[in-house]
Amino acid sequence: MTKDLIKISQGTLYDPANGVDGEVRDLWIQGGRIIAAPSDPATKPARTIEAEGLVVMPGGIDMHCHIAGPKVNVARKMRPEEKRKAEVISRTDVTHSGTLGSVPSTFATGYKYAGMGYTTAFDAAIPPLGARHAHEEFDDTPCLDKGFYVLMGNNHYVMQSIQQNEPKKLKAFIAWLLTAAKGFAPKLVNPGGVEVWKHRQAGNVSGLDTEVDHFGVTPRQIVSQVAQSAQELGLPHPVHIHCNNLGMPGNWETTLETMRALEGRRGHLTHIQFHSYGGGEGDENTFNSKVVPLADYVNSHPNVTIDVGQVLFGETTSMTGDGPLGYFLSNIYGGKWFSSDTEMEAGCGITPIKYKNKSLVHALQWAIGLEWYLLVDDPWRVVMSTDHPNGGSFLAYPQIIRFLMDRTYRQDVLKTCHPLVGRRSTLADLHREYTLNEIAIITRAGPARILGLTNKGHLGPGADADITIYTPHENKEIMFELPRLVIKSGEVIVEQGEVRDSRIGKTLHVAPAYDVDAEADIQEWFEKYYSIRWRNYPVDPSYMHQPELIGSPNHGN
Amino acid sequence: MASVGSVEPGARSELTVVEDAVCTFCGCVCDDIDLTVENNHITQAQRACVLGKAWFLNHAIDDRPSCLIDGQPAGLEDGYQRAAEILTGGKYPIVYGLSDSPCEAQRVAVSIVDWIDGTIDTTTSVCHGPSGMAFQGVGEVTCTLGEVANRGDFIMFWGSNPAESHPRHFTKYSLMPKGMFVPNGRKDRTCVIVDVRKTKSAKAADIFLQIKPRKDFEALWTLRALAKGIELDARQVESETGIELSVWQDLMDRMKAAKFGVIFFGMGLTMTRGKHANSEALLALTRDLNAYTRFTAKPNRGHGNVTGADNVVAWRTGYPFGVNHNRGYPRFNPGEYTTSDTLARGEADCGMMIACDPMANFSQPAREHLASIPYIALDSKETPTTRAATVAFTVATYGINAPGTVYRMDDVPIPLRPAFKSPHPSDFEVLSNIETRVKAIRGVRS
Repeated sequence: MTKDLIKISQGTLYDPANGVDGEVRDLWIQGGRIIAAPSDPATKPARTIEAEGLVVMPGGIDMHCHIAGPKVNVARKMRPEEKRKAEVISRTDVTHSGTLGSVPSTFATGYKYAGMGYTTAFDAAIPPLGARHAHEEFDDTPCLDKGFYVLMGNNHYVMQSIQQNEPKKLKAFIAWLLTAAKGFAPKLVNPGGVEVWKHRQAGNVSGLDTEVDHFGVTPRQIVSQVAQSAQELGLPHPVHIHCNNLGMPGNWETTLETMRALEGRRGHLTHIQFHSYGGGEGDENTFNSKVVPLADYVNSHPNVTIDVGQVLFGETTSMTGDGPLGYFLSNIYGGKWFSSDTEMEAGCGITPIKYKNKSLVHALQWAIGLEWYLLVDDPWRVVMSTDHPNGGSFLAYPQIIRFLMDRTYRQDVLKTCHPLVGRRSTLADLHREYTLNEIAIITRAGPARILGLTNKGHLGPGADADITIYTPHENKEIMFELPRLVIKSGEVIVEQGEVRDSRIGKTLHVAPAYDVDAEADIQEWFEKYYSIRWRNYPVDPSYMHQPELIGSPNHGN
Repeated sequence: MASVGSVEPGARSELTVVEDAVCTFCGCVCDDIDLTVENNHITQAQRACVLGKAWFLNHAIDDRPSCLIDGQPAGLEDGYQRAAEILTGGKYPIVYGLSDSPCEAQRVAVSIVDWIDGTIDTTTSVCHGPSGMAFQGVGEVTCTLGEVANRGDFIMFWGSNPAESHPRHFTKYSLMPKGMFVPNGRKDRTCVIVDVRKTKSAKAADIFLQIKPRKDFEALWTLRALAKGIELDARQVESETGIELSVWQDLMDRMKAAKFGVIFFGMGLTMTRGKHANSEALLALTRDLNAYTRFTAKPNRGHGNVTGADNVVAWRTGYPFGVNHNRGYPRFNPGEYTTSDTLARGEADCGMMIACDPMANFSQPAREHLASIPYIALDSKETPTTRAATVAFTVATYGINAPGTVYRMDDVPIPLRPAFKSPHPSDFEVLSNIETRVKAIRGVRS
C-alpha cells in the first residue's frame, strides 16, 4: 500500500481538455496532484473512492465573481437586513460560522463554493490600493484557490502613458502594478468613464471615442493599448474587460466596438449579458436583445472570449468598480447607495437591486444571458457566471445548468416572464441543449484555458487534484447543487454538502518581468499624488497564502 | 500573518533609522514617519505631529510582568490556560476593544469568539457606531484621503476638531496639499467648520458656523431642504439652528458651486442628541448633493485601527460590530450586543478586553458589572481595566514593537514597520495561544 496514494475507481469521467467525454476510468492522485495510473498493477492505494455510476469532473472554476476586498466588505456591512432572513451558517468542530444573503462572509463563501463543487475563484475588481485587504480576506476564505484582477482602466499612469505615447512605460507599469498588488490579470472597468465620474456630476463617457477629461485619451485607446501591452508581457489572462455603457439601452454597439478595439489581440469581455442591449437611450419600450449580431462577431473572432453574467430573478446587491453605473442604478432603484472613489486608480458603486420576472427589462436580461450560452458555437469561449452577486448569487449555477440542459424547463420559466420577452429576444426559438461535456467546458475546462491555468480544469497527469464527484440525476439542478464528494489538492474537503476540511487554498498570482529602470518614473508620479508612501504600497509576499506564480518558467514544477 | 519589517533588538549603542514608519495614534495612520532608534528608545520621530511625537518619544516598555493572574506575576503558559478556561466557562462571554490592535490579532479574536459562541464588539460601538447604522440606512458617498488632497475644493468639518484630534489632517490630506486639480493648495479650497463651540480648528476655516447645541439634525435637514429648493420659514430656521437662513442659503450655494466637496464628521455629530439620525442626515445630504455636483463624506475616525476592526469583524461575520454568536452563528443588534449595554444590564458573565479601557470610560453600572465577572485584559500599559482583570497580559505596542496591518480611516490598509522588539508578546501571539487552548477545550479541529 502506497502512502497518500488515492484511487477514484470506475467513475464516469468528463475531462474535455483531454478529450474524455463520459468514459469509465480510474483516476489516481498523489501529492495533491493527479498522476498517471501506476504501471505496476499490484500497486495498492491508501484509499479507494468507489465512483461507479458517479460523474467525475475537474473542480469548478469561477472566473468572475466579487468575493473579497474593499467593495465586497462594504456591501456586507451595508446589508444586515438580508442576513437575518437568510439560511444560517453555524460553526462546527471543523468550520467557522458565517452569514449568507447576497454577499456572504468570507468563510461562508468558501464553504458554499466548495459545497457546490467549485474549487477555484477569481475576484474580478480589486483597486490596487486595497490589494492588501483582498489578500487578507482571501486568507480567511477557505476551500478555494483564489486570485484577483487588478483595476487599471482608469489609472492615471495608464492614461498618462497613452496620452504621451509611451508604450514602454505603459507596459512596465502594468507589470509593476500586477506585481505590487500580487494580482492575476489587468482589469478594465468602464475604461475612462470612472475618471470622468470624478470630474463631473453624473459624469461618464458615452462610447469608445469620447475623450476622458484632463487626459484627452479615449476608451478605445485604453482597451487597445492595454491589450497590446498585456500581449507583449505574455500574461496568462491578458485583459479582462467590463465595457463602457453597462446596462444602457443601445449599448451593444459599444460592446461591438470594444471587441473591434482589440484588433485581433486576445481579450475577455465579462458579464456580456449586461452589454448586449438594443433600443434607444432611456426608452424602455424599445429595449431588446442584440445577442445575435454580437454572438456572430464572437463566433468569427477566436481572439475574443466571454463570460455571461446571468441574471436570476430575486433580490441581490449590485457592486461594481464602475462608479457612474452605481449612481445610475441607485437612481433607478432608489435604495441606499454606496460610492467610493479611490485616488489615482478606481471607483466603486454598490446598491441593492431586485430582478423581477414580470419586469420587461429584467426578464429580457434573463433571456439575453441564456441566449449567449446558446448562441456562441464554441463552448470553450463562453464561461458560466452570474457576475456574483450582480446578476445573482454564485449559488444559482446549478439552476443555470438546468436551464442549459433542459429546454422544457427553460421554456416553462420563459412563459412566466413578461409576454414581450418572446418578441424582443430569440430565446423562445433556441432548442439547443447542453451536454454534460459542454457543461464541464463552460464551468471548468474553458475558464482554466482562458485564464492560462495549465494545472486546472482537467484530469490529466500533473493537474491539481481538484475534483468533483456528482451523483447523476435527471434534474440537473439537483445533481449539481449537492456533489457526492469534493476533493481539493488531493484531500476530500466536502462530502454530500458537509465540509470535512477547511483548508484555505492557494493564492494564484503573476509577476511578469519588466524593465526596473522604469520604476523611477512611476515612483516620481506616485510620490507626487498618492496619500501613502511608495514603500508601503506593494503587498509583501507574506500576505499571500501558499502563493503560486502562474505563467512563470517554473510553473508546474 | 504578515510579518513586515520586524526589527531585531539592537546592540547596546546601535542607532537605527526606520523610514516610513506608521503612526497608529489616530485614524490618519500617517505612514511617513522616520524614527531614530537608540538603545531601544525612539529619540526622533520626523514628520510626526504633536500627538505622534508624544506617542513615539514617550514610548517606554512597561517594566512589569507579561502576565498577571489575580494581580500576581504568573507564567505566560499559565495565563493562556487560565484565559481559555475563563472564556470557555461562561454562558455569555464578551470580547471587546480591538481598535488598537493590528488586523492579524483582530482576526484571531473573532475566531475565539466563534469557538466560544461569544459576543464580539469593538470601540466603534461607542464612537462611530451610529455612523455605521446610518450607513446601513442610506449608504455613503465617499473617497480615499488622496482624492481629498487631489480634488477637494470645498472641505467641511462637522462636529470634528482635527486641529486637536488629527493634527496632520489639514496639512497632509484636507486643506494645505497642492493636489492635481487644486494646484494652489489652500487657496483653491474653501473650508467650512460647523460646531457647537469655537474649537481650535475654527481658525482654519473660511466660514465658521456655531450652531445651537443638540441641533445638528435640524441644521443638516435645513441644508437638505435648501439643496432641493424647498422654501423654509426663516424665523424657525434661525430659532432652531442659531444661524440665519440666509447664511445657510449662502452655504448651500457654495456647496453646489464646488467641483468636489468633502464633509468630514466627528463624534460631535455621532454622539450627541440624534446620534445615528444625525449621521444619516449628513450622509443623505451628501448623497443629495450628487444630483448637482460631486460630493463625498467621511467620518474622522479616532483610534489607529478601529477601521480595521470594522473590516475584520464584517468580513468574518457579515456585521461590523456588536455581533453575538450565542446560537452558534452571527447575529447583529446594536444596543443589545454592544458591550457598554451588555455590561450595564449585567448580562455578560466573563470577557476579554483587548487594547481598550472600559474601566476608565464606561458607565458606572457597566464598570461595576465588569469588575464583578472574571475577565482577561490585554494592554501595553497598566490601566484601570488591566488592574481589575483576572488575567492581565502586558503586550508589545503595535506599530512600535509589533508588526501587522492597520486600516486608515478611509479603509486603506497599511503595513506597520515596528522600530524595535519588546520583551512582551504581541496581541497576536497572546490571542493565538489562547485560541489554541480554547480549541482544545471545545474540541475544535479547524
